[in-house]
Amino acid sequence: MAVPGEASVDESHVGENKTPPGRYWKEKQEEGKDGQQTEQTLQQKKKKKQKAKKRKQKEDQRDGKKFISGKSDPFPGPAPIPEDRVQKFKRKDKIKKPPHQHYKLRDVIARSEEASEMAQKQAARFDLLLPEDAGFLEGDEDEDTCTISQEDIAGAVDITSGAKYFNLKLPQFGPYRLDYSKTGRHLLLGGRRGHVSCIDWQSKQLMCEINVMESVNDVKWLHSETMYAVAQKKWLYIYDSNGIELHCIRKFNDVLRMQFLPYHFLLATASATSFLQYLDVSVGKEVAAICTKTGRLDVMCQNPHNAIIHLGHHNGTVTLWSPNQKEALVKMLCHQGGVRSVTVDKTGTYMVTSGMDKKLKVFDIRTFKPLKSYFLPAGASSLSLSQRGLLSAATGDIVQVYRDVWSTPVTKPYMAHRVRGTAWGLHFCPFEDVLGVGHGEGFTSMLVPGAGEPNFDGLDANPYRSAKQRQEWEVKALLEKIQPELISLDPSELGRVDHATFEQRHQDRVQALGFDPLAKEKFVPKYKKKGRSSAGNVEKRKKQVAHEDQRDVIRKTVEDKMKMEKEKKQREKKAAVLSNQRSALDRFKK
Amino acid sequence: MKVKVLSRNPDDYVRETKLDIQRVPRNYDPTLHPFEVSREYTRALNATKLDRVFAKPFLASLDGHRDGVNCMAKHTTSLSTLLSGSCDGEVRVWNLSKRECGRTLQAHEGFVRGMVVRFCGTSFFTVGDDKTIKQWKMETPGYGEEEEPLNTILGKTVFTGLDHHRKDAVFATCGQQVDIWDEQRSSPIRSFTWGVDSFSSVSFNPVETELLASCASDRSIVLYDMRESAPLKKVIMTMRSNTLCWNPMEAYYFTSSNEDYNLYTYDMRYLDRPITVHMDHVSAVLDVDYSPTGKEFVSASFDKTVRIFPKDGGHSREVYHTKRMQHVICVKWSADNKYILSGSDEMNIRLWKANASEKLGVLAPRERESRNYSQKLKEKFQHHPQIRRITHHRHLPKNVYHQSKELRIMKEARRRKERNVRKHSKPGTVPVVSEKAKHVVTVVK
Repeated sequence: MAVPGEASVDESHVGENKTPPGRYWKEKQEEGKDGQQTEQTLQQKKKKKQKAKKRKQKEDQRDGKKFISGKSDPFPGPAPIPEDRVQKFKRKDKIKKPPHQHYKLRDVIARSEEASEMAQKQAARFDLLLPEDAGFLEGDEDEDTCTISQEDIAGAVDITSGAKYFNLKLPQFGPYRLDYSKTGRHLLLGGRRGHVSCIDWQSKQLMCEINVMESVNDVKWLHSETMYAVAQKKWLYIYDSNGIELHCIRKFNDVLRMQFLPYHFLLATASATSFLQYLDVSVGKEVAAICTKTGRLDVMCQNPHNAIIHLGHHNGTVTLWSPNQKEALVKMLCHQGGVRSVTVDKTGTYMVTSGMDKKLKVFDIRTFKPLKSYFLPAGASSLSLSQRGLLSAATGDIVQVYRDVWSTPVTKPYMAHRVRGTAWGLHFCPFEDVLGVGHGEGFTSMLVPGAGEPNFDGLDANPYRSAKQRQEWEVKALLEKIQPELISLDPSELGRVDHATFEQRHQDRVQALGFDPLAKEKFVPKYKKKGRSSAGNVEKRKKQVAHEDQRDVIRKTVEDKMKMEKEKKQREKKAAVLSNQRSALDRFKK
Repeated sequence: MKVKVLSRNPDDYVRETKLDIQRVPRNYDPTLHPFEVSREYTRALNATKLDRVFAKPFLASLDGHRDGVNCMAKHTTSLSTLLSGSCDGEVRVWNLSKRECGRTLQAHEGFVRGMVVRFCGTSFFTVGDDKTIKQWKMETPGYGEEEEPLNTILGKTVFTGLDHHRKDAVFATCGQQVDIWDEQRSSPIRSFTWGVDSFSSVSFNPVETELLASCASDRSIVLYDMRESAPLKKVIMTMRSNTLCWNPMEAYYFTSSNEDYNLYTYDMRYLDRPITVHMDHVSAVLDVDYSPTGKEFVSASFDKTVRIFPKDGGHSREVYHTKRMQHVICVKWSADNKYILSGSDEMNIRLWKANASEKLGVLAPRERESRNYSQKLKEKFQHHPQIRRITHHRHLPKNVYHQSKELRIMKEARRRKERNVRKHSKPGTVPVVSEKAKHVVTVVK
C-alpha cells in the first residue's frame, strides 16, 4: 500500500506556493479545479480507517489544507473512548462466524454484531457526559477516616447535604426497622411496638403516621411510594401512603421478614412457620408457598441481579430459592453457628454473610466459593450493601462501614458511628450518600460519602419524578412485569440458544423424515471422461477427500491439545508465583 | 479531611416551568437495568399480542360489478386508480381513495380476459373472449361523447392474457400462441409457439425488458426473448401453472401459481428445480402478485383465501378471508406497498391492508420509533415458543382448517410409506427426492 501521508507532502502545491490566507470562495474554486486536492481528501478518508497509532506517526507529515488557518487538526478522527468504558457496556463475546455455506446467517450475525458494537460505543461516549460524580472521604495524613465524626462531615459539606445527617428520637416504640423506596425519596419506619410512619425524608415531611396496635416485624415499600406492606403480629397488611389499611392478607401469617422484587411485582415473605411465600402485588395472588422445613426464618435478602431469595438459617446454612421450585436451588454452609445476616451486591456477584461465630464472610455466588473471611469481635447483627459496594455492619450500637471487602483484605472500617440504641435495621438510601439506621431509640440518618450511585436513570428510578411521571412509569412497569416463571439463577438464560430443544427437535425430524437432512453428504466422485474415471482413479480421488477430512480432524485435536497445554502452563505459572510468596507459617520452617 | 457528598441541584433535574417538558436524565449503565433479557422478552410478548389485537386487515369492499371480477390492473402512475374487468365484459375504473367507481364501460362481449395499463398511464388495453384487443383512453370521455376504444384489433383466436412492455410501444398477448404486437400495427410482429398448447398468462420481465415468460396449459412455463424468433426454454411441471409474476427487485426470480395448491419461485437461470416451494393453500392457486419491495408476494386461491408469503419462506405469514368472499380470481399488491386488492367470484373487489395490524395515516416520530423498537424486539424473540405460537395463530374457515389437516395427514402417510419402502429395499435403490425436485418433470431448451 502506498503511504498516503508522504505522497500528500510531495505533491502538495498549496503549501509551497505560500498563498495568502484563503477565502472560502477561493478555497472552493481550488478544490473544484485540481484533482490532487480531492485525491488528498480521499487519502485522508482512507487514513481514518487506519489504526490510531499509525495516524499519530503520520500526523506531523500531513498538513490539513482543509483549514483556512493552515493549521492541521491536532485531534483527527472520532474521539477515542477509554477501553474500560467500552468494556462496561459489553453484553457478550463475539460469536464465531458460521461457515461460508450459511451465508445468510453469516450476514445476519455480522449486521447484528455491527449494530451492537455501535450501540456499545455510543453508550460509552454518553457515559462521559454523565453530570454527577460519586462522593468520597479522605483523611489528612495520619488521620483515619473512621475517626471522623458525623458532625464533622455534616459541618464540612454544604447545608442541604449536612441536613441529611439527622436523628429521630423515638424511644417509645422502638427498635425500628426501615426501608427506603426505590427512588430513595421516601423512608418507611416500623417500630417493634406498632409505630409505622412514612416520611419524605429529604424535605422532612411526614406523609403518615399510625400505630397498628400490634407488634410489627418488618415493613417494606411496594413498587411505588403509594403503598407499603407491614408484617404484623399475625397477618400481613398493606397500607397506602395515607395510612389507610388496604388489605389484610390472611394467607400470609407470622411473617418475619419481607423482600420486594420490583421488576416482578412480587413480595416475598419469610415466616416463623418456615414458609417462604410469594405474593404478586399487581394481581393480589399468591404465586408460590414453599415450606422450607428449616425452622424460623428471620434472615432474608434478595439478589437484585436475578431475583433469587437468600435465606439464612440457624444451622449456619444459606439457601437460595426461586418461586418455581419447591426445593432450595443451592444450599451453602457458610458459618459455624447460626447465620445472623445476609446481603448480596447489586451485580449479583458477591454475597456477604455474618454469623453467630462472629465472622463476616464474603462469597462469590457465581461459583459459590468463599473469597474473604473477617473476624469481628462483636459479630455483625445486620448487614447492608450500598449501590457502589460499601458494606455496613451493625455490631451492637456501633455501625461500621467497610470499603472493598471483596477485593482487598480490610483491616480498618471506612467509617464508624455510634447510635443511641442497639441497631435493628440498616439500609443504604439508593442514589444518595446516606445510610439509614433504625435502632432502639429511633432512627439515625448517617452520611456515608461514596455510597450512592451518582447518576440515576430517569426512566427507571427517578427521585425527582412528578406525580404524572410516576403514573406513567407505573403503567409501563406493569406492562413489562416479568413473569415469576422466568426467575432463574442466570437471568440471561432466556437470550441464549436452546441447544437441548434444538437437538430434540432435530431428532424428531430425523425420525419423521427417515434421513438426516443436516448430515454431511457422502463424497461421490464426478464422472470424468478420457479414461480419468477408471476404478483406480476414482478410488484415489475418494482417498484424497478422506485424507483431507482426516487432516481436518487431526488439526482440530492438535489445536485443542495445544490450548489445553497452554492453559496448564499458565496455571502452573500462577501456582509458582503464589508459592513464592512468603506465608505467615514460613517462619516455623527449618 | 477532604469530603464530597452527593448533592444534586434540583434545578438540573426538574423542569423550570409547566410549559417545558419533563427532564429525563439517562444512565445506560447495565447494572442499573437488571433483567435486560426478561424485560425485553416481556415487551416482545406484549408487542406480539397487541399485534394480534390490532390485526384488522379488511378495509373496504368495492361493489358494482354485475358478474365475477376476472382481472384487475394497477395504474402505472396514479396510486388511487384501479381498473377491473368482469366476466360480463364490463370494465370499471375505481377511485380507491374515495372508494367509488369513477367510470364504467362495456368493453367486450363475454369475459374480459386481460387488462394492462400502458407505462405512460394515458391509456389501457383489454382483451376479451370476443377475440379483440382494445385500447382505451384513461380519461373519462367528455359530456356527450361516446365510450369508444382508441383502437380495436380483431384477432384470429381467443386471447387469454395480455402484458405491456415497460418502455416501448409493444405489448404481448397469449392465447393459442404468444404474440408480440406493435401498437401501430394490426398484426403481430412476432408469434411464438412450442408444440400445440394454449397459454393462460404472459408477463414481461420488469428489468430485462425484452424477456417475457408465459404459463402454458401443457403444464409448462416458457421463457422468451422478444428479439429472437424462437422461445428460450421451458420447464415442465407435474401440474399446470395459472399465472406468474416477476420479482420486481430481483428480476431473475419469478413466482408461479400452480394448480397443485402450491406456488413455486424459480430462478430464471436454473429452471431445473424451484428455489422455494410455497405451500399452505388448500386448493388451486389462481393469481399471484409481488409487493413493490420484492420481499413478499400475495396469492389468490380457489379456496376463498388470500395469503401473503415471504419470498424465501415456505409458508405464508398471513391469511385473509371473509365469510362472503368466494373464489378469489385475481389479486394485486398496491404500488405503495400498503394495500392488497382482491377480486373474487361474488362480484366484489376487496381492499386489505398489507400488514394486518399497521396503523394507517401519518405517525408521530415517537410513535414510529416505538413501532420500530417493538418490530425489532419481535424479530429478536420470534423463535421463542410463546411468541411463535401467538404470531402464527390464525382463525381459519372451517373447510380450510379441515382441508389443511387432511392434506397434512395425507402427506404424512405418503412420507411414511416412502420411508417404509426405503427401509425394506436395497440401500440406494430408493433415493430421497426433495420436495423441490418432486414437482419438476423436465427442462427443455
